[in-house]
Order: sequence, then structure tokens, then C-alpha cells
Amino acid sequence: MTYIPKPRIRFPKLETNALGLTRQDYEGSMSTLCAGCGHDSVTAAIVDTFFQLEIPPHRVAKLSGIGCSAKTPTYFLGTAHGFNGVHGRMPALATGAQAANAGLTYIGVSGDGDSLSIGLGHLCHAIRRNVDMLYVLENNGVYGLTKGQFSASADVGSKSKRGEANRQTPIDPVFLALTLGATFVARSFSGDKAQLVPILKAAIRHRGFALVDIISPCVTFNDHEASTKSYRYTRQQNRPVVEADFVPLRAAISADYAEGQVREVAMHDGSRVRFRKVPDAFDPTRRDVVYRYLRERQDAGEVPTGLLFIEPGAGDMHDVLGTVEEPLADLPFDTLCPGEAELDRLMEEFR
Amino acid sequence: MESAGDRVNDFALKIATVNGTGSASANGLLMQAIFRMGIPVSGKNLFPSNIQGLPTWYEIRVNGSGWTARAERPDLMVALNPATQVRDVAEVAPGGWVLPDSSWPLQREARREDVTVLGIPFARLCNERFEGARARTLLRNIAYLGALSVLLDVEPDVIEGLIAETYGRKKQLLDANFEAFQLGRDEARDRFDCPLPIRLRQQASNDDAVLIDGNTAAALGCIYAGATVVGWYPITPSTSLVDAFRAFVERYRKDPETGRMRAAVVQAEDELAAAGMVIGAGWMGARAFTATSGPGISLMGELIGLAYYAEIPAVFFDIQRTGPSTGMPTRTQQGDLLAVVYASHGDTKHIALFPADPAECFDFAVAAFDLAERYQTPVFVVSDLDIGMNDWVVPRLRWDDGYRPDRGKVLSGEDLEAGAKVARYLDVDGDHVPYRTLPGVHPRGAYFTRGSGHDSHARYTEDADAYLEVVDRIADKVMSSTASSPAPEVVRSPGATVGLVTIGGCRSAVLEARERLAAAGVATDVLRVRAFPFHNAVREFVEAHERVFVVEQNRDAQLRYLLAGETGVPLERMESLRFYGGQPLSPGPVVSAVLDALGRAAAPAPPPLQAAGE
Repeated sequence: MTYIPKPRIRFPKLETNALGLTRQDYEGSMSTLCAGCGHDSVTAAIVDTFFQLEIPPHRVAKLSGIGCSAKTPTYFLGTAHGFNGVHGRMPALATGAQAANAGLTYIGVSGDGDSLSIGLGHLCHAIRRNVDMLYVLENNGVYGLTKGQFSASADVGSKSKRGEANRQTPIDPVFLALTLGATFVARSFSGDKAQLVPILKAAIRHRGFALVDIISPCVTFNDHEASTKSYRYTRQQNRPVVEADFVPLRAAISADYAEGQVREVAMHDGSRVRFRKVPDAFDPTRRDVVYRYLRERQDAGEVPTGLLFIEPGAGDMHDVLGTVEEPLADLPFDTLCPGEAELDRLMEEFR
Repeated sequence: MESAGDRVNDFALKIATVNGTGSASANGLLMQAIFRMGIPVSGKNLFPSNIQGLPTWYEIRVNGSGWTARAERPDLMVALNPATQVRDVAEVAPGGWVLPDSSWPLQREARREDVTVLGIPFARLCNERFEGARARTLLRNIAYLGALSVLLDVEPDVIEGLIAETYGRKKQLLDANFEAFQLGRDEARDRFDCPLPIRLRQQASNDDAVLIDGNTAAALGCIYAGATVVGWYPITPSTSLVDAFRAFVERYRKDPETGRMRAAVVQAEDELAAAGMVIGAGWMGARAFTATSGPGISLMGELIGLAYYAEIPAVFFDIQRTGPSTGMPTRTQQGDLLAVVYASHGDTKHIALFPADPAECFDFAVAAFDLAERYQTPVFVVSDLDIGMNDWVVPRLRWDDGYRPDRGKVLSGEDLEAGAKVARYLDVDGDHVPYRTLPGVHPRGAYFTRGSGHDSHARYTEDADAYLEVVDRIADKVMSSTASSPAPEVVRSPGATVGLVTIGGCRSAVLEARERLAAAGVATDVLRVRAFPFHNAVREFVEAHERVFVVEQNRDAQLRYLLAGETGVPLERMESLRFYGGQPLSPGPVVSAVLDALGRAAAPAPPPLQAAGE
């Protein structure tokens, strides 16, 4: 058996969202990942996020590449269209899909091998194009499906399960994204659902490319003593520097926080991200400040997490391409074909 | 006055210059003027992979009977590049003419007894007459155009009209160009007996024709077929296809109210991404394509297999150039046949269409989108540099407003609402083609597609039977495409026992070879393959002929291997004629090779540039 459907048990009193759907309606088939895999927690956060945002699952397109992370889109939103493509090329598939139908919500799930080695170029260019999508990078520093090779995100000195130390400098997706002009950059931890869900919500509502780097430990190959992507290490070093809430469009303005502590950033669709407990030296709307702050904290051995940077006003790929509002895939043929008379006329120019 | 020895509307000339000097415009004007005189003509631009300073040539063949494959030898060489003068002059057919720039003496090694040298000091004259180094260089081209116009007897109204159209935007520019043109014309008239025996005379063969290159025609086909998404990476010689598409988008796809475009042209980071974008867009239900060349096909391999196995429509234009590796990027070849039809690892086989000229590029572009959606699979339009980048005289492109895109078997929202079942990879109708659904249309339409092993319901599988059900059906599906793909072109001669099988841009040279062979007493039938998988007619043709020659432009006889492998006809039944040095095919070598193989003496020196059939 290579496919495990999830048993559907109906509970009469399950919570429903505005669409009348339960959390179960946002689940997929049974996970076949290792017990305790960080990715399953990310999946659970994704389920909660879409349920709470009340997005109809069939209006979501979910994509992935190859690797353990790439398996996860089958575990959420079972009634969304999904595409498990080839290793590293998910951003290209998503770009084409997004170009063809900007009316859907896009989520791509990738891993550190998929995104930072074989598909690094595609990730960079999807960021540059500001493709409107949520890009989840489940980051565990290791190749799981091929049993334990270092990935490009492994820290210098971090040891493999066999005791070998990594000596190559890591590619840090957060710095990469900041440098390339990403318009939404976050880092979180699979073990911190309370932090992760609001980030994912804001990322989905962000118009443009939203990179969410999630430390998601590999229990089988990279959860040992000398790993810097283990549960223990991440819990110890995790510094939620920014606490952000996602405030949907319809929510009333609350007054839970004293003035001065709270800063709100308006999103493209009118929803808001509310930042609270932001360090004095930090400003999530200033790329240079964010970069400098993170550099300092990471050099000190911390893993700063939170919604780290946001630039809500930037144009997305369609703005740059100047395409029509209506999804291109839906355009009627007669608006696309210039017709017989025009061809006859045009042919005169080729004489 | 015409005299007995004149070769009216039947000759070739070649213009040797340096690239980056602007000579291409002048050469194009001459070609267009001949076209407007109603005479069948072809122009082959032999250019270097370089921006400025390397040798470049432009060949024009004029043939009143319509034989416009590349000529074997020019009758007139306009030898303006000192760096190539010796070999350029050596190329001229005996009895021909050389027109060098006599500002400098003809090089000693270039001198020949059997050609006539007509010198005009273009550079010196232009330096005396015009100011500025760039202007002098550019106007020298118009001066040689003027000289050629009287040497060949180009209709003055036609060429002057063209100059006015081309340079008429600025009076100063127009005046200078007319002055240079007149200068060349006067010099030639003063110095030589004009026109030469090789000369033009107005005829009426082009009333229903246009002068267009294959890449422009293909781009237009994509517009007419309703393509809306392009993912592409620049590569010679395919780039001009996407450039043309973009220009047509500006013209035909701009929303009049918002000024926004009804198409997305995304320049990718590499060919892998370009293919990925096309597949992503195809998954969403858009008509999407990419244009590339051999190196791009190699890079796209993995994604082509994905589209094949996930059954996603996608159109790929392969404008072939000379391989292997980077090869000769500005020379033509048919070296990608095997790479295309079996592109990607594992068992794959793809529908491919092989246009012979720009008119077929237009038609096959449209057909490719229909086939891709009908069979839910990648479709390749396999063109080449000669077809794609050179201007060809072809019948006007035509369109029927009754055309509706064949979207294939797609379940609509209404179908799904009415209870249609989604089994994405199940052969419901027994025609090997499953039903697909498009994302976002209906909650019941969802499925999870993938390049990993899957069963008929798109579920991941490692089960042998479930895997076989899908891959065997896909094989049958692709083979069944012959029901809708273009049938081969067959030209028969009464009583012929010799068959010539060919493909793509070899068409014109092979058909001309057929005429010349007939003149030498050898009747031949010609079959030109237009689609892969092959129609049964291809096997039948091969089996029906005692001797079969497969004419193609690659070293390894790829078409012959394909024919043997796919039709079951033994390899030994087919003899191979291959021409793969990077130039468009000429009929002469085909004729000689067939005669050699048949043990016939070559026809008494077939005047290479004379139209067969006359």
C-alpha cells in the first residue's frame, strides 16, 4: 500500500468556519513521514491557517518539488489541486501556474535541499519576480530521503549523525531573500504553532512572494547532540524577536495593547499585520535594519524568529508584466484571436 | 535588350561583408525588391555568432520556376570583405562575376581567369561624398545596392519605393540614402555594360505570396491559437520567435481600456524554468509555450518527462541549430530529432511536428496547441535556423474564423456539479485519453498530479499493475495521435521505384533534386515526414520502393534510425544521405549522391543553378 487515506470520522459538534467547513475539510491523506517529523507540525499549522482564513480548498493550488517536504502537500487540503513536480523546480511550475491563473491562492512547500541546492536559482528568481505565493521552506539541514547527507543550510561545525562535521558555509534563506528584494520574509519553528499560524496567514494575504523559513527538525537524521537543526538546539536558541498578529479584514480594532507598543502594517487587501514586542533597534519595514539586526543576533548564535520583514506595497509579477486582471486561462478565445480579416490585412505588411 | 545567353530570373548571388556594418538591411531590400517584382526568390543569411567584426554572407537565389533551395555556387559575388576575398572569389561559378570594392586592389590569390571582375570603389566614393565614419559605412551598403540594381535590372520604381518606405521617416536620412543609391547606380552604369546576362524580369508569381521567416510565422500561429503564457530563455536561433510574439501581443492583446496585456511573457532564469512555467500554466488550463534550441531541449529534459507523465499539455518550439554542445549557434541542422521525440529519461515518446517552411510553422503552431490539449501531452514543433530566421516566399497565411481551439477532454464546472466523476488517469472512453479538470473550477475537480508513480486516480503508487495501467495507456495515447497529426507529404512520379524520404527544410532541395533526377532519367517519389509518431503511410512508402534514400541534415542518420525503430522496416532497406555542415541543403549534392548510389553516371554536368523542369 503506497497511499494511505485518512479515515473520515464525523463528529457532530466540530467547529465550522464561515464556509461551513470543518478543520477536517482542510486535511489531506495520512502522513507517511517519520513519527515526530517537524514537517507534520507545519502541515497542522497550514491546515489551521487555511481553515481560519476561510479559503475554499478548491481555490488553492499547492505545489512541491522532491524530498520529504515535497510529500507534505498531500497531507493538507485534500480537495485542493496539487502538483508534486520535480526536484527544485517547484518555483518555476508555480510561476507558470500563477501567470496563467492569478485568481487562486498558491502555496509551495519546499525543503532546504530542494530550495537551496538544486532549485536555488529558481527560488531566487521567483523572489525577484515577486510571484504572489506562500513559499514554505521546511528547513532541517539534511537530506532525509537519501539518508542523511548535509544540505546547503547546515551550519559550519554542525555534525551529521555519523559524526562528520560540516565545513561549508551555509546558505541562509532569510538573508538570501532579504538581499534579493523579497517583500515578505519570516522565520519560524515547527514546534511553535502559536507563532507560525499568524505568520502563515499574513504570508497568504501578502500580495507577492512570501518566504517562510521554518526550522523543522528531522528526527531520524538530524536531531542529535551536535546538530544545529535539532529540536533541542532550536528550542534553546530560538529568539522570537518579533511577535506579529494577523488581523483579517473584518476584525474590529482591539485595544489589548498599550499605545506605542503596537505597530500595524496594512496589507494589500486591507487586512493588517500587527507587530508587538518589537525590539527597539528593529523595524520590520526596513530591509537594512532587519538585515543588520539579524546578522548581529545570528553571529551571537541565536536563531531569531518571527515575521521579520514586510514590504506590502511592491508590485507582483503581474504588475510588472502588465497583464489583465482576469486570469489568463479564463480569457475567451475571441479576445485572443485577431481573426481572418486582420490576418489578411497583416499579410500585406509581409509583401 | 536580352540576348540568347541571358539567364533571366535564374541565378544566384552572394554578398560578402562584415557583420555589424548594416549590410543586412541593404541585402534584405534587394531580396524584397525581387519579391515585389513577382519573382520566386530565397535569401539565406549566413551570419557569425558575433555582434561586430566577423565575416557574414547573404545569398540570394532567384528562380522563375520556383526552385529556391540554396544554390550550390553563386554566379555573382559581391566581395566586400577583404578577410574572405580569396575564398569568396573561388566560390563563384565559372563564367560568373565578382564585384569587389576597388578602393583596394583585388588580392593576388583571388584572381581568376574564368570570372569577370567588376570593380567599383565604393568606400572611396562614399568617403568623398559623405561625412562621418558610421554614415559612410552604412551608405556604402546602399551604394552597392544601387550598383546591383542596374547590374541585375531591378525595376527602379520597386527599389526606390522600398528605400522610401524604409528610410522615409526622416528626410535627411532618405536624401542621403537616395544619394548613395544613385551614386552606385551611376557608377555601375558608367563602368559596365548593364545589365549583366544574369538579370531580372518582372513576372507574376508572388501575387498570393508573402515574404516571412518561420519564427515570425510561428509566433503569429501562437497568437491565433490563443496562447497566453510563454516561459522562455533567450537562445539563438529561437529568440526571434518570442520577440515576434511579444510584438504581436503589444498589437493584438492589449486591452483597449486598461492598456494591459492578455498574455504573460516571462523571461526565465534558464530553460528548466522556462519548461516548468509552461507546464505550470498548462496545468492551469492556459495555452502555453516555450521556444528554444538544442541546448535548451537538453536542459528541459527532466521537465518534459514530467509533462509527459503528468499528462499536461505544453508546446515546445525547437529551432534547431548545429550541435553537439554549443555547436555552431548560427548554422542550421536537423540534429535534434532523436533528442526531441524521446526527450527525458525513462520511457517517453513525444508528438513532434516538422514544418518545411514558414507557412507550415504557422499552421503547425496552431496544430501543436490542439494536439497538446487533445492528447494532454507535450508537443514539439521542430523547426531550424534556416526556416526560422531566413525570409521565405510562401503562400499567404490564411485563417478560418470557424476555428475553435480543441481543448480536449476537460470536465467543466457544470459537468462536475452534475456529478461527473474525476479519475484523472483512467481510460474511461477506451480512447486512451482521460478526462482532466482545471484547478479552481469546482471542489469535486481536485486531484493531485505528480511525476512520481501514480495510479489511474492520480494517487501515489509503487504497485506494478497500477503503474503499468497508466504508462501503457500513455504509450497508446501518444501513438493514437496519428489520427489528428499532419499526414506526410507525398509527391509521386509514374513508375518510380526509387523513394526519397525527407523531413523539414530539406523539402525544397529534395523536390528540386527529384526534378533533376527525372531529367537524368531517374524517376523518384518523395515522401516528407510531417509528424511523429509516423503515420502508416510512411512505412508503406518505404516498403513500396526498391531503393529508399533518407535525406536529412545530421551526421548520425537520426531520421533513418527513427524510421527503422518505429516502423519496423529494416535499417538496411534505407540508404542514408546526410548533409550536416551547417548550411541549408542544396539539390546538387542530393542528385549526385543518388546517382552515385544507383551506379549512374552523373548527368552531364547539371548546370547547378539552372532550374530543373525548364
